[in-house]
Amino acid sequence: MCLTCGCSDADSVRITNVNHRTRDHGHDHSHGHDHGHAAGPAHADDTATRLVTIEQDLLAKNDDLAAYNRGWLAERDMAALNLMSSPGAGKTSLLERTIREAPAGRTLCVIEGDQETLFDADRIRATGAPVVQINTGAGCHLDADMLHRGLVALDPPEGSLLFVENVGNLVCPALFDLGEAAKVVIISVTEGDDKPLKYPHMFAAADLVIINKMDLLPYVDFDVERCAADARSLRPGVTVLSLSVRTGEGIDAWFVWLDAV
Amino acid sequence: MHELAITQSIVDAVSDHTAGASVRAVHVRVGRQSGVVADSMRFCFDLVTDGTALHGARLDIEEPEGQAHCRDCGADFTLPDLVLLCDCGSADVQVLSGRELSVTAVEVA
Repeated sequence: MCLTCGCSDADSVRITNVNHRTRDHGHDHSHGHDHGHAAGPAHADDTATRLVTIEQDLLAKNDDLAAYNRGWLAERDMAALNLMSSPGAGKTSLLERTIREAPAGRTLCVIEGDQETLFDADRIRATGAPVVQINTGAGCHLDADMLHRGLVALDPPEGSLLFVENVGNLVCPALFDLGEAAKVVIISVTEGDDKPLKYPHMFAAADLVIINKMDLLPYVDFDVERCAADARSLRPGVTVLSLSVRTGEGIDAWFVWLDAV
Repeated sequence: MHELAITQSIVDAVSDHTAGASVRAVHVRVGRQSGVVADSMRFCFDLVTDGTALHGARLDIEEPEGQAHCRDCGADFTLPDLVLLCDCGSADVQVLSGRELSVTAVEVA
């Protein structure tokens, strides 16, 4: 079993650079166990137990790798955004439109996360942006080690802005820092305005909330103000942008927000 | 099921500190606001310890409540959920505890 992501060997994480169709099947976790604090020899008396105090954060390994990624990106004058939502909220569509229409400046590149398929990476490749697909197999979220391997495969140009599209899931990705500059949570009006309170960890972690598919608002019972207020009750002061990727309504505010990253 | 990956990290952390000694019990602290479900962690623990020095070990989970401090009225109170709101109506709230996610100690033979 992979010690970082918990996946089994049969379902190992795969990294694909669709620009070159190369695949990394290996588990080259080069961040091994460099710890110099092993306990002393065990006592021969096997009826007695000895208490060893540890006090180690369970996310420490991921957080250390995320810090490494953050440094790796900073050295290249880059920033990364971690895009999270339920499946089908419009993450990939938002990226397609952003790559095609955002004001020229930085190179935009993408690391896609999905359990299976290269569908999303192929869609991004069609826009001309550099892209790598991470397939997590059984995994329900991206972690910092997967992103590191994705970065190596992508080899992004200096000064570029990286979008990381996480596995569609409003639960697990919230816990794992990848080394991003900001977490962007996307919700679509067809999902219902109760989602912030039903999935509070995700919205509590958000640096920006996007309410997508506003063109469908006339057809669904979705209270935009309630959704925004609930998101702010979990993350005080968080910016909430309402837009439609399909029609382009409200998309300029997203481009303005991106410009400040 | 992020609990699987998190529980695997218990095995990593403990193995780093016990040098292969037989582990009888593992003590962890999982705050009620941490986003990790203690029951799921118990379920995963048997799975990920199979074939390791932690096999058969007892998992003791301490689950501290979320505690917060209101910067407006000065009250300290228990957080029933992730909504950061004091009874006085203020959302200017500092979380003091409840987000812990750590392995604290092990009992080795």
